[in-house]
Formats: sequence, structure tokens, C-alpha cells
Amino acid sequence: MMDAGLKSELQKQGVFTTTLESLYNWGRRNSIWPLQFGLACCAIEMIATTMARYDLARFGAEVFRPSPRQADLMIVAGTVTKKMAPQVVRLYNQMAEPKYVIAMGACAISGGPFKQGYNVLKGIDRFIPVDVHIPGCPPRPEALIHAFMTLQQQIAAQELTGPRRPRHLQPELPSEFPVPRYGDHDLVPPKNPDRWTAPAISRSNS
Amino acid sequence: MSPTPAEVSSNYLPVLGLAVAAALCACTPLWLGRLWARYFSPGKPGADKLATYECGLESKGDAWIHFKSGYYLYAIIFLIFDVEAVFLLPFAVIFTGLGAGAFVSLLVFLLLLAAGLLWAWRKGILNWAGDPARASFRGELSALPPLD
Repeated sequence: MMDAGLKSELQKQGVFTTTLESLYNWGRRNSIWPLQFGLACCAIEMIATTMARYDLARFGAEVFRPSPRQADLMIVAGTVTKKMAPQVVRLYNQMAEPKYVIAMGACAISGGPFKQGYNVLKGIDRFIPVDVHIPGCPPRPEALIHAFMTLQQQIAAQELTGPRRPRHLQPELPSEFPVPRYGDHDLVPPKNPDRWTAPAISRSNS
Repeated sequence: MSPTPAEVSSNYLPVLGLAVAAALCACTPLWLGRLWARYFSPGKPGADKLATYECGLESKGDAWIHFKSGYYLYAIIFLIFDVEAVFLLPFAVIFTGLGAGAFVSLLVFLLLLAAGLLWAWRKGILNWAGDPARASFRGELSALPPLD
């Protein structure tokens, strides 16, 4: 790794240096292709984000792909019902690595206003790993753009080698996650225990 | 004096060089991509990822099923109305300038087409669900196993 001072000194002289890693991540973070699907009203905001006024194309992410094989990013835009959850997980499994997930809106991150409902999944992160959560009901396009920029920062910080490299570069870590199926009363399993455990609440009188 | 074989081959040597360069230009990125994938993109195939269907649902059943091909009959019947419109429209445009002979011949034309439609109707073709007793056309179709 090059010394930052030397790098800026060279830059003043007109010599630009980079690493393969940052070049690779630069290319990847400026061509994030989302999967084209929306689940509820958040999808309307997602569509607005891609249109001329908010212009997601500035981030290289306007190419919404209709096939999971060509997509890098899954935007879970809306309420994930228990009927839909297996399909969402299966689509995530079918995406090629490296793949990222933005959980957009209150429903996708926690169930939102339907959290007490019997038929709504209380957050997609119970089944698949989520990289960026956006609160809001629905989040404004600016919030989605902020999520994109956050994701870009995450990708820029990913290392190609070493023990801290991301999941997709570690051959032993899984690319697919178990797809739940419909049970008698709930999804089976109701959550992926490797992905998500209920937060422990400690009650004490003190 | 014609050039000797040695001269011909030396004349074409630059072409060979270009061909090699073109092949290298095509193959090097592919090879570099493969090299990159080997170190920085470990393949992780799985049952879901290798599935053919990509809409999120699981495919069920077999693609090699029998399906009802009865629609072609409707397409043929449509031709009756199609041809009728083609001839009736110019006829209507110059209707007032025509004699009785033209009118009668067109009536005969219409009658022939109507007779064809009537014949198809009586055969039970217009009945999509199928009347097994009358649909002699579809004897072979109704013998197929029903769909899901």
C-alpha cells in the first residue's frame, strides 16, 4: 500500500497511482445494476428515483435488470408478505455474486405498520443478509439515493485479499440461503437462525 | 515474370501478423477475465442458482406437455371476415355507381362465405369448451389427457 502523502505529492506532479483493488471497486460501485421488482408502495418511490427528476443514472445504477442472473443489487421495496418471502429469497439465491441488498422502507426492515399482522414478514433480514436499511414509509427518493451512496462506500472499502475480505470472495461461505416454505401457520422456518436472532430483552427493576 | 512461392509468402506475412494480433486481442481479455475469476470470484453454484426458471417461483411439471391447439380453427374462421372486409369496403365506396349485376355477384360472394361460417358453426368449432358429440374435428384433440 502506498503512502498517502507520497500519493498526493505524485498527483501534484501529474502522476496518478492506484491499486488494482481500488480500481476494481471503483468499477463495481459505479455499475450497480438493481433487480427490477417492487413489492408495494415503496416501489413507486424507487421508480421515481430512476426517473429524470432524481436520475439514478448519475450513480451508474439505472440499468434495472429483469433477470436475477444479471443483477448485482436487490432493492426490497415494500411489504414482504409471507406469501412472497420464499420468492424473494429464491431470487436472491439466483443472483450472481457479488450481490447486495437494500431493505427499503419500514416494511422491508421490520414489517412496518403491518408488524403485528399475521401475514407479513417482520423484516427481510430474517432470511437474507441486508447491506443497507432505509427507514421511512415510504422513504423519499433522496433516501434511496443516500442508500446507494452508502452501498457505494461499502463496496469501495471491500478488500480483495486477506481475512477481512467480503463473503463473496470466501469460497467456504454460502451464496445461497435456505428458502422458507409455507407451513400450517407460518413460514417454516420463521427465520434463518444463522442470519437473525431475536434481540434479547433484559428486564430488571433497577 | 510471375513471383516465386517464397515471394508470395513474404508478401502475405503482414496479413499473418495481423491475424495473430487480432486473435490475441480477442483472446487476451477472455483469458484475463478467467484469471481474475480464478482468484477473485470463486464460483458458488447451488440448486437455486442453477435452476432454469428465474421468476422466483419453482418450476413444476414438465415442459413437454400436450396443449390444446384448437386456436388455429379460430384463425381460419377469422379469414372469412377478413376477406369479406377486403372486398366489401371498396364495394361500399363505389356502391351507387354499380349496376344490379355487381350487387348480385357480391351477394353470392357473401352467401358463400356465410355458408362456410355456418358449416363451421354446425361442426361445433365456435364452441371453445367443445361439444364432444358434435366436434368431429376435434376427435383427436379431446382424446388427449386433460391439463392441470
